[in-house]
Amino acid sequence: NMATLEKLYKQVENIKAIAEENRQKENEAAVRIQSWFRGCQVRAYLSHLHKNATSIQKIWHGLTARALFRQRVKIQQRWRGYYVRKYVHDYYARKRYLEGLTRKNKHIRRDLEEVAELQWKERERITLEKQEKEKNIQAQRLHFLLSTKQCLGVFNSPFRTEPDETELRLRKVRPLLVRSAPKERKTPNITPDLNNLMPNRERLPPIHKKPQGPFRPALEVQQQRHRPLEPSLHVITSITALEEAREELKRQEWRTRLMHTSTPFEQVAFGTKHFREEHKEYLKGKKPFKTVFTTCHVFDKFGRLYSSAGNIV
Amino acid sequence: MSQRQVLQVFEQYQKARTQFVQTVADLAARPQNTETLQNSGVMSLLRPLLLDAVPTIQQTAALALGRLANYNDDLAEAVVKGDILPQLVYSLAEQNTQRFYKKAAAFVLRAVAKHSPELAQAVVDCGALDALVISLEEFDPGVKEAAAWAIGYIARHNAQLSQAVVDAGVVPLLVLCIQEPEIALKRVAASALSDIAKHSPELAQTVVDTGAIAHLAQMILNPDAKLKRQVFSALSQIAKHSVDVAEMVVEAEIFPAALVCLKDPDEYVQKNVATLIREISKHTPELSQIIVNVGGVAAVIDYLGDSKGNVRLPGIMMLGYVATHSENLAMAVIVSKGVPQLAICLEEEQEDHIKAATAWAFGQIGRHTPEHAKAVAVANVFPKLLNLYLDTESSEDLQVKAKKALKSILQKCTYLPALEPLLYEAPSNILKHIICQFSKVLPHDSKARRLFVTSGGLKKVQEIKAEPGSAIQEYINAINSCYPEEIVRYYSPGYSETLLERIDNYQPV
Repeated sequence: NMATLEKLYKQVENIKAIAEENRQKENEAAVRIQSWFRGCQVRAYLSHLHKNATSIQKIWHGLTARALFRQRVKIQQRWRGYYVRKYVHDYYARKRYLEGLTRKNKHIRRDLEEVAELQWKERERITLEKQEKEKNIQAQRLHFLLSTKQCLGVFNSPFRTEPDETELRLRKVRPLLVRSAPKERKTPNITPDLNNLMPNRERLPPIHKKPQGPFRPALEVQQQRHRPLEPSLHVITSITALEEAREELKRQEWRTRLMHTSTPFEQVAFGTKHFREEHKEYLKGKKPFKTVFTTCHVFDKFGRLYSSAGNIV
Repeated sequence: MSQRQVLQVFEQYQKARTQFVQTVADLAARPQNTETLQNSGVMSLLRPLLLDAVPTIQQTAALALGRLANYNDDLAEAVVKGDILPQLVYSLAEQNTQRFYKKAAAFVLRAVAKHSPELAQAVVDCGALDALVISLEEFDPGVKEAAAWAIGYIARHNAQLSQAVVDAGVVPLLVLCIQEPEIALKRVAASALSDIAKHSPELAQTVVDTGAIAHLAQMILNPDAKLKRQVFSALSQIAKHSVDVAEMVVEAEIFPAALVCLKDPDEYVQKNVATLIREISKHTPELSQIIVNVGGVAAVIDYLGDSKGNVRLPGIMMLGYVATHSENLAMAVIVSKGVPQLAICLEEEQEDHIKAATAWAFGQIGRHTPEHAKAVAVANVFPKLLNLYLDTESSEDLQVKAKKALKSILQKCTYLPALEPLLYEAPSNILKHIICQFSKVLPHDSKARRLFVTSGGLKKVQEIKAEPGSAIQEYINAINSCYPEEIVRYYSPGYSETLLERIDNYQPV
């Protein structure tokens, strides 16, 4: 029994020793757990307080900001009102503009009236001048009604104090020069025709005052002087030669036209859209076109003269 | 037979032909003969003479045909049906034809094309446009004038024909024609451009692209009246289509030179200038501002004073358009003494459409602010507008416009002396607005209240029968609340009877 008791005491003391060893550890562990839990509690409480504080602060900040905003908006409103009244809808500027406009209108009206007046005067003047001119022409035609000392004219009645306006005009105006009809002569006017008289072929009228001496015999000079006119082709052709040729052509066509054929009334394609020479095979049996006009002998001697003018080209 | 005798026969025939064709041409110049000529079958006789060998006969035949077709459209149709047009077109295009014949041919084309769009289309279908373009390039101004005239008449009818004309490349040539020294050619070219540009904005743009505006603007101060008519007509047809084109016309510096032409003795020149100004000011407030700043409003108002009748219409419409854009411009119109002049126009004119335009213009001027409404009211316009509205003889358009104008001005009018006479005559729809205005003004102005009572207005208001709950009743109540009860009762109808009834019920002491 003592042995078992001692064994039991030893076991208990073993257990105690073990527990004593672990005591520190377990104590520390327990402390740690407790401290962690207390920390959590405190943190939860803190965050709750934190949130409340935040919401109070939020509301407060909102209030102050809105008050500030309203103050600022009031300032902006007053500024905008002022600006609009002063610059955009400027009453005084508008008043000045309307006054300026009335002045401008007055000027314009005056100017337009002046211009209209000038134009009217111009027109009046032109009509007056025209009338004057017509009256003058009339007076020129009636010039024979001018009064003379013996016979007072129609417009210069003796019962008037002074002559009529037309009479004064007649006095002022020069009569029209009218060529009278050629008078009939009893004997025809024989003017000696010096040119066709048989010229004395030896005596010639002097060309210069100072005789320069005849270089050729007088007969030759005479012949030269009286040589008949040999005009060139250019001079002979009348100015309307082209039109006459065209007329002739037209008449010829009219003479030889074919009746009762129909041609379309449009321009012929040949000459503008295509040419004969393009299709030489169609031209095999046909005669070439006849020329209408005679040729000018301008280029006949080209290249065949002795001079070398023109060969450079 | 000898050769001379044979030739003599032909000479006689030629003389006979010449005489025939010349006499027919002279007869065709007088309208009373065309009936007889048509019945004698003159068309079939003239047709072969167009192909005659002698040029004078050809020309005179073409001239006679042209005069006949000019007069009436049956003959023009006969010309088309008789297949004469292709021959004329061919000879126009030919280089060798004499210029008199070309002129006569172009005259015939013009005479045919002027009557109706179908005939003009027939002319175009014959290929006339190319031939006319070729003759526009000729040297002789007479040929150019005839060709330009024919083109103008073709383009006049509708937009397709104008487009066909433009597609043929006519517009640059017309602009060249305008620069020529001959006045008749300038006139006709300007009129042709005006006819082309009037149909649509694209056509107007085509005309503008060729630089026509600058040349037209140069001719504004030309002394010839008919030329000025055409120039201004062309400019106004161009400017009416869009803002850009109108701005280009203004940039050509036509103002203030155009204002001088408002004083021209020719009334159609004045009318066309006024039309031009109206078309420009119609588009935007800025353009109207330009015109106002240059003094255009004063010039137009003077022009209204000088002219009579239909010619005034563009001027009146121009004032209306200017006043529509903004209240500044409306005030500018008032300040330039526009309202008295418009009142005179309203008095003097007899035509309904002019009166309608004047009523509309008043409405536009007076509707902006009470100042404007007062200016209109002071000119004693309300009774006239009311009469126009109530008159059974006025056309519907006039009545509608007068009513609208009255309503829009009355809604802003606070000038009570002008409103009072209207109380007596106005129908109920107008009366509503008048009473509304009174109810707005009276609560604030004691002198006006006094005047209202002494002039009998309050009495009239009491006599108005209105359904309870309607707007009029509210206004009447508002007015009645401005006055002490005794006065309201005094003026209510039947008050004397109620007083007399009290005598019946009264027991003397």
